[in-house]
Amino acid sequence: MSAIAPKFKLSEFIKSLLDNAFWTVLLASLIGLPAIQVVLFYIEMPVINGELLTPFLALTWLADPTRSLPILKAFMATDMFRVMVFPGFGFAALIAAGTIFIERKMLAKLQLRVGPFYCGKIEGILQLMGDGLKLISKEIIIPAKADKPIFWAAPVIFVATAAAFVALIPVAPGWVVADVDLGLLAVFAVIGFFPIVTILSAWSANSKFPFIGGIRALFQMVSFEIPLILSLLGVVILTGTLNLSEIAASQTNFPWIVFLPVGAIVFFITMLAELERIPFDLPEAESEIVAGWLTEFSGMMYGLVQLGTYLKLYAFAGLFVVLFLGGWNGPMVVPPFPEELLTGVQVGPLTVGPFPGLPLFDQEMLNGTLWFVLKTVGVIFFILLPRGVFPRIRIDMLLSLGWTKLIGLAFVNIFIALGLLYAGVLGPGGLQ
Amino acid sequence: MTDIMPPGLALKKVDERIMTLNVGPQHPGSGHMRIVVQIDGDYIVACDPDPGYVHRGEEKMAEYRNYITNVPHLERPVIHDSCNVLYPYVLGAEEILGIEVPERAKYVRVICSELNRCIYTMYWLAIYGIFLGHSTMFMWPAGDRELLIDLMEKVSGARVTHAHFIPGGVRNDLPANFEDVCLRQVNYFEKRIKEYAAVFYDNPILISRTRDTGVLTRENAIRYGTTGSVLRASGVDYDLRVKAPYDVYEELDVHTNVLKEGDSYARSKVPWLDMMESCNIIRQALQKMPKSGSVRTKLKPNPKTKGPATVYKRVESGRGSLGCYIVSDGKTEPYRVKMSVPSFRNLLAMPNLLIGEKLGNMPSVYWSLNYWPVEADR
Repeated sequence: MSAIAPKFKLSEFIKSLLDNAFWTVLLASLIGLPAIQVVLFYIEMPVINGELLTPFLALTWLADPTRSLPILKAFMATDMFRVMVFPGFGFAALIAAGTIFIERKMLAKLQLRVGPFYCGKIEGILQLMGDGLKLISKEIIIPAKADKPIFWAAPVIFVATAAAFVALIPVAPGWVVADVDLGLLAVFAVIGFFPIVTILSAWSANSKFPFIGGIRALFQMVSFEIPLILSLLGVVILTGTLNLSEIAASQTNFPWIVFLPVGAIVFFITMLAELERIPFDLPEAESEIVAGWLTEFSGMMYGLVQLGTYLKLYAFAGLFVVLFLGGWNGPMVVPPFPEELLTGVQVGPLTVGPFPGLPLFDQEMLNGTLWFVLKTVGVIFFILLPRGVFPRIRIDMLLSLGWTKLIGLAFVNIFIALGLLYAGVLGPGGLQ
Repeated sequence: MTDIMPPGLALKKVDERIMTLNVGPQHPGSGHMRIVVQIDGDYIVACDPDPGYVHRGEEKMAEYRNYITNVPHLERPVIHDSCNVLYPYVLGAEEILGIEVPERAKYVRVICSELNRCIYTMYWLAIYGIFLGHSTMFMWPAGDRELLIDLMEKVSGARVTHAHFIPGGVRNDLPANFEDVCLRQVNYFEKRIKEYAAVFYDNPILISRTRDTGVLTRENAIRYGTTGSVLRASGVDYDLRVKAPYDVYEELDVHTNVLKEGDSYARSKVPWLDMMESCNIIRQALQKMPKSGSVRTKLKPNPKTKGPATVYKRVESGRGSLGCYIVSDGKTEPYRVKMSVPSFRNLLAMPNLLIGEKLGNMPSVYWSLNYWPVEADR
């Protein structure tokens, strides 16, 4: 503990707090209050519901749930909310952050260590925040001979591509950012973009180790895209649609992994390779090529690439859940919304409510999200697990695995799907 | 200009297809050295190991210190194996100074030497694991090593740089109750390293990666002058503890582990088998050790030699046979101390093993040679 703040004194700490409070009050009263007065003097405030809107009234409304809930609900219906918060970037980034923390703790337990421990007092829960702050505060170093515009743009494009992938994953019925009819095709298109970003960043760094890493990543991703696409064809044949929401909805009775286990295994292995996870982390093999295509990235550029990597991991796990594990389908475990809240509940001497804006989310959506998140976390766990067990494999072994064994197995999977279809066991509508 | 430059720095006109990689000294896949590797696609076409980055002039330093004060700095080349590194020097100095070593001290030396062999090998194994991307195999040996480091700390007072062997015996007697603690920790340690087979040595990916890579045949192993685990992995039954026993090794039953394949996998497995053999030796030594007695022949602070003499002693260290050649001209300081280190001999085999291999095999072949850069540079 003493190492954190060696010259810590409580009196000085309180003094600094009082100083801060003093300056805040001083600046607010000298600048803030006159500004408000000026605004009130010159701008005519609107009249809403027979009341003149004053700053005081606006603040009161914020604290009044009957006023603020409808606004929140209206905001939640917008596309902006979907893109930024719930099925989109914010939700995915939250799961990605959780993944990083769980990975570090789980790997530590596997290796008889403690992992992140001190930051945030409780089991190092704030370690990620500390790492992020460190990355932001670090200097970004660009190699002198780098192709600078592309080198700067590459991490951003990488995160954008990963976010585009996230946007295609349906989380709950109706809750998806981009509900396109050719959703699976769009997924393939987005996945096909990753090698381009990788080779762009590797080439623009103009350095030997990123170049070798980029070429390896290109080899790996391109050769594993084919078994990836082939392994998903079985699901498409059985469901007769490319829309991911419809594929998830078609698994109300049973997930496709029951009938297409071969396809699921092939997809899982190709997923590990596409994600550059151990045992397929050749593009970042540190004992051979330092950090592969990430070698020249520093500071927040590296942080962005890491964020993109984990967004991609979440998206792949979500895709596996949607295609093979039944997506949001699961037994209803979320209790129904208590209707009394709409009219008001008597709790002792107090009357709580009424809250006309509620419920914010319906029961089906909450249940779907719960099952989707549970299944996704399970898949992520299995993606993380090989890191503690396997060493890295070699590029020639990887390519022979992809081109011979996995493609063969993917075709076996397609034949199983066709057999099920023509034998009349299953059809586009599900179990016949 | 290029004529006077050292070979690694000379600019050479090469084919457009060939890419020259400087692996090291600032590289996670090299030790404190540089390997200049030329690759054609994924194949290594030329390999030029360039040691000398951590040269410290230990041999020259030894000429300015007397036989006792040489002890702490001569162990520096391999601090993880510090007892074994000092061992040949101490044996030679004893012969030059003409002193006898008490029986109990010889057994203490054997115990410390075997403990240090395990400590070194665990460190080596941890790095071998992380070189292959196996992070569990990095953490487990690094953690289990602590068991033996604790034992050595009880014996000598220092965790790694023990400076425990001195001409005339060992510095201190064993602490009270050491036999029981040592037996318990060593038994647990042996049980623990046997578990490594499940996660590492029997791992199908590891086997498929390291089998038949960097094959060193029996003839080549002898011709290049390799030693230690590298030699034994190529099918040569050569262990100085058996072939030329020193101190009390002839009274102990030492089994030599020999594998015939000569590939990276065999070279990585022999040190692991040797660790189990070390545990056996420690148990035997604890049993046969005289329970009491002196551990040190007293010497004056600046001991005098008997006269001009030369002596060459060698021991089996964690990496192979380690020799020390001492020339005395009758003064209190040695005239010359020359160490014949196993690391450097094993390194000589590396270019021949790496040429024609894939770049992905470089870490596994390089580190399986049981090479310690600091010892080669000394």
